[in-house]
Amino acid sequence: MVSIKDRAEKALNKKAAIGEDIDLDEYETMDVDAYEHVDSLEDLDKSDKDTLTSVGMDTTEEERSASFLQMDQSELLAKVMYPGIEVMSTPQALEKYDWLSDYMWNAMAVDADKYTATTELDGKSGYFIRSLPGTKMELPIQACMYIGDDSVRQTAHNIIIAEENSEINIITGCSTANHVKHAAHIGVSEFYLKKGSKVTFTMVHNWDKEVDVRPRTAVIMDDDSTYISNYILTSPVQNIQAYPTAYANGDNTKVFFQSILAGKEDSQIDQGSRTILSGNNSQSEMITRAISDDESTIITRGDLLGKSQDVRGHLECMGLILSDDSKIYSVPELRGECTNMELSHEAAVGKIAEDEIQYLMARGLTEDEAASMIVRGFLDIDIKGLPDELAKETKKLMELSMEGM
Amino acid sequence: MLLEISDLEVEVEGKKILKGVNLQIEEGETHVLLGPNGAGKSTLFMTILGFPKYEVTNGKILYKGQDITELETHERIELGLGVTFQNPPAIRGVKLKDLLKIVDGKHDYKSEDDLDDEVIALGERLKLNEHFLERDVNLGFSGGEVKRSELLQLLAQQPDFIMFDEPDSGVDIENVELISNEIGTLLGQNAENTKKAGLLITHLGYILNFVNATHAHVLIDGKIVRTGEPKEIMDNVRTSGFGEI
Repeated sequence: MVSIKDRAEKALNKKAAIGEDIDLDEYETMDVDAYEHVDSLEDLDKSDKDTLTSVGMDTTEEERSASFLQMDQSELLAKVMYPGIEVMSTPQALEKYDWLSDYMWNAMAVDADKYTATTELDGKSGYFIRSLPGTKMELPIQACMYIGDDSVRQTAHNIIIAEENSEINIITGCSTANHVKHAAHIGVSEFYLKKGSKVTFTMVHNWDKEVDVRPRTAVIMDDDSTYISNYILTSPVQNIQAYPTAYANGDNTKVFFQSILAGKEDSQIDQGSRTILSGNNSQSEMITRAISDDESTIITRGDLLGKSQDVRGHLECMGLILSDDSKIYSVPELRGECTNMELSHEAAVGKIAEDEIQYLMARGLTEDEAASMIVRGFLDIDIKGLPDELAKETKKLMELSMEGM
Repeated sequence: MLLEISDLEVEVEGKKILKGVNLQIEEGETHVLLGPNGAGKSTLFMTILGFPKYEVTNGKILYKGQDITELETHERIELGLGVTFQNPPAIRGVKLKDLLKIVDGKHDYKSEDDLDDEVIALGERLKLNEHFLERDVNLGFSGGEVKRSELLQLLAQQPDFIMFDEPDSGVDIENVELISNEIGTLLGQNAENTKKAGLLITHLGYILNFVNATHAHVLIDGKIVRTGEPKEIMDNVRTSGFGEI
């Protein structure tokens, strides 16, 4: 049998199916011991703390059930404040649990492309989050991937396991330190949702103009499980391409993907979401709001595949183009492979309507204020499935991300 | 004189729409503007509001004695102009409540503060409850709800000169009376010595049974061709159409 390592080595130059090809050798890998551990996020520099706050991290950790921080390739902090959940680095978890190797590269193929392969070969990184059976934890777990040095290639292999009937909320923020301009981030995340479990995963990205980003996410879902993903990207980035996929294998599963994308400067954003509906009576809703400004390009993809009876799926992409030099491409795909199911999509791309601007101006706003209010309204999607407090917090986070727009 | 328009000529995208409009409106007056489709009634409104697309090529607009012809829209609103639209656009994600916050003088749509009880009470009066105020503005509103939402925004704004663009179109008989009463309130028609004034576009004229209009004008092909007593002119239009005026 070919080992995982061999498969990774063979795929090391394999281009991804979509997205610009990135020369990963341009970047340096960092040592896992490059940084010292910290006891609390409060121990970080003020400027780092501010950056973390901007991507949803609570540096006081008071409103969180657990914290994880990876800087470049080093785990700086893995701390659990409440029983019923486990948070540690993936290497540590692999030492602790023999069975964990069965979960590695199970939802995602190691040789999917050069990015997954590189993550395997760079090794020794990422977080492991697990909620024990029956745990219901409202306070979110926070995890942060932070790039602290220029020209770094950060990889992370994350494993998230929600055991039977457990419920967890994860807020993950990914960012570069203020002084870092040029870097690459590859985050592989494999989710395993057991029977009756529920995971909300809210991810905020705040990169810089010369950062290449390749997240690789796959979610495997058992019966009666729910996966909710909220993704927010409102700051400039060089190039990001992601196509997270939920495998709704169990019966009665529910999937929600919601993405808010704002393209600025010359950002290249290629963001999709895909649900494979294989379990009976499962449903998926995938919503994207995209605005493009400056010279940015946004491609939003959506793919719904209905493979079994009584499944429903809806795909919605709305794009607003703010500048003549920016572009939005919307690529929705529906694939039906059985009789009794319903898949639909709705997509629209356009500019801000003049009558909407005038309407708000007639109420006393300037033209710019009116445009800003329309853009904010456009991006303001109702966040589904979060507990009240977390929904409010996520809303605030979105508003924070949208400041200055 | 509250509003004084002289020799106003306006082009929209290179096409001349208003061809020399003269109009004077004093405090306490309510004028009605009649005219066939395409005569330029809405263009006159939009020009008074100062929307960029409406280019004034001749003439001027004085408001409270000040020349506002070159002012930005928001500056005119600050001076006390207000308008209700005939078919306002639906704006996804912008709540009626957000608009009420702007016009309620706070001018801060990002504020977390709740609306004043007074504004909520105004909503109740217009049969728009607090829950309704949370809806995206005009999105899925019925014809009557659109008109009442427009009036609610103006009641919160309290302008001195108000333009109503067909406030009675698409409204059932029962609600015409409610709407008319609120128009009367806005214009201070029940108060003595009101300093407010209004200009109202109507096709149906039914609303004139409830709103005390003082003057009527007929606008045809960009010019006011007749001015007089509202009832007389309305009767004239009803029997003979605009062609005979």
